[in-house]
Amino acid sequence: MNLVTVSGPPSSGKTAVILKTIDSVQKRGLKVGVVKFDCLYTDDDILYEKAGVKVKKGLSGSLCPDHYFVSNIEEVTQWGLKEGLDLLITESAGLCNRCSPYIKTVTAVCVIDNLSGINTPKKIGPMLKTADIVIITKGDIVSQAEREVFASRVNTVNPGATIMHVNGLTGQGAYELSTLLYDDKVEVKTLVGEKLRFSMPSALCSYCLGETRIGESYQMGNVRKIDLGDKK
Amino acid sequence: MITINDIQSKTLTDLFEKYPFLPGFFEEHTLELNGNLDIKLVNYLDFLDEEEEQENRAMDKSQVLGSMCTYIDQMLAFLGEDEDDGVHSITLLPGTNKSGEAEQFGELTIKKSEIVCIVGPTGSGKSRLLADIEWVAQGDTPTSRSVLINGEAGDSKWRLNSGNKLVAQLSQNMNFVMDLTVYEFIELHAQSRLVEDIESVINKIFAQANDLAGEKFELSTPITSLSGGQSRALMIADTAILSKSPIVLIDEIENAGIDRKRALDLLVGEEKIVLMATHDPILALMGDKRIVIKNGGIHKVIETSDEEQNLLSDLERMDSVVQKMRNRLRQGEIIKKEDIGF
Repeated sequence: MNLVTVSGPPSSGKTAVILKTIDSVQKRGLKVGVVKFDCLYTDDDILYEKAGVKVKKGLSGSLCPDHYFVSNIEEVTQWGLKEGLDLLITESAGLCNRCSPYIKTVTAVCVIDNLSGINTPKKIGPMLKTADIVIITKGDIVSQAEREVFASRVNTVNPGATIMHVNGLTGQGAYELSTLLYDDKVEVKTLVGEKLRFSMPSALCSYCLGETRIGESYQMGNVRKIDLGDKK
Repeated sequence: MITINDIQSKTLTDLFEKYPFLPGFFEEHTLELNGNLDIKLVNYLDFLDEEEEQENRAMDKSQVLGSMCTYIDQMLAFLGEDEDDGVHSITLLPGTNKSGEAEQFGELTIKKSEIVCIVGPTGSGKSRLLADIEWVAQGDTPTSRSVLINGEAGDSKWRLNSGNKLVAQLSQNMNFVMDLTVYEFIELHAQSRLVEDIESVINKIFAQANDLAGEKFELSTPITSLSGGQSRALMIADTAILSKSPIVLIDEIENAGIDRKRALDLLVGEEKIVLMATHDPILALMGDKRIVIKNGGIHKVIETSDEEQNLLSDLERMDSVVQKMRNRLRQGEIIKKEDIGF
């Protein structure tokens, strides 16, 4: 089984890109499954089911979605193997732009869109900088120049990545992407012992533990204060 | 290939002098440059050795250095390309349509400065044709078509190199979304293309765009407040002059606020290969050839005949009648039977 992790900011077009790409993968006779990670709610699983794809969803609820992802990725991999999948795709939203659920030996895809603004590439951390493939969406509604500038900014922060344009509505570019996602020489059996590409943000403070009151006397653990420039 | 050892013990001042594009890399990685630049790169990055800083900035030293080497290599390659390495022609070799039947053409070569129109109903496979060209298909796409560049099997560099896309696209739905003036917009694009004489490129694009646009605009006009015709004019002038892509795909150009004939002349004059999806008879007849697409495949290739060419002037006359009426309406005048003129 091949495994691919896809992540990207909310509404960047991850699901649309994956659905169009799966279409091309299925035409090659491969069995595909998707696990969708989200925080509070998702009904993307219905879209995947409609497309004839084996799907599971995981909602992290009160936990950080990417921490939840890492805690479950091995179980998810075993599910994919049990289902006899050729290709398992995980989809997760990079909610804070800092996390990335990428694993060193697993193909990592980041989806971002042209509408998010040209300063977005520098705001996104390892999710963009350590991806193997960066997919840029919504190119059909901005000018050629803006597409070029955006792609060049992405290239500057992650020069090693393959950058592709995919149209999530028409599927233009999805076939091409599908050729990069499956390699019959790759065989994932377990992820135990594998490592993340970058550590996730750490936080363990009173608010993690359910505190709701505001004020310094309620704050314990890993707390950091904003620098407003008035320090003596 | 640049290695980490090549750069890490050089000072920032030396590196920036040698690689003038490098400050952009620092900027995009939010690495500040307001201190002493006579410091060795490796020492400048020392702050990332601290675990807390590394986690806060979400970057580690070896990753930054590795990326920097790749970036320098790419930019040097980009700057080192000269005109001769460019694309002079593309050749399409037939594959099959959606029913698996062979496409109805032998071989189609399109050269620089040629205009080829693509016609066919929605969903007939126009996008797939374009995607085959962009991906430099080698019989490995759903249509089994092959695309040759300059008569030879395409280099796969066109597939995966983001700064070097084969096809630039202009379509009806495209809008400007950045909060910039016309000047800032062209400047930004020119910077991303590592243009040396930015000022003269800005002036050239601005002059050409205004030449194409029905209503004039200023360098200080915000791009988001340009009219449809003005936007299209700026997009075309900018693509013609600044985009490195040798092929331009145009998805219709609406007949309002822009001189379409001159727009095509500009693209052709800048030695682009122009592919145009259109069902507008005037635009279709301006093409040297047109590709007819049916059921996912190329059904035939029609050369624009002399007879059709001759029709073009009649069509243009009809078009100018409508244009004049449109202008009269805009001026608040009354339209009369004589305006039709035939």
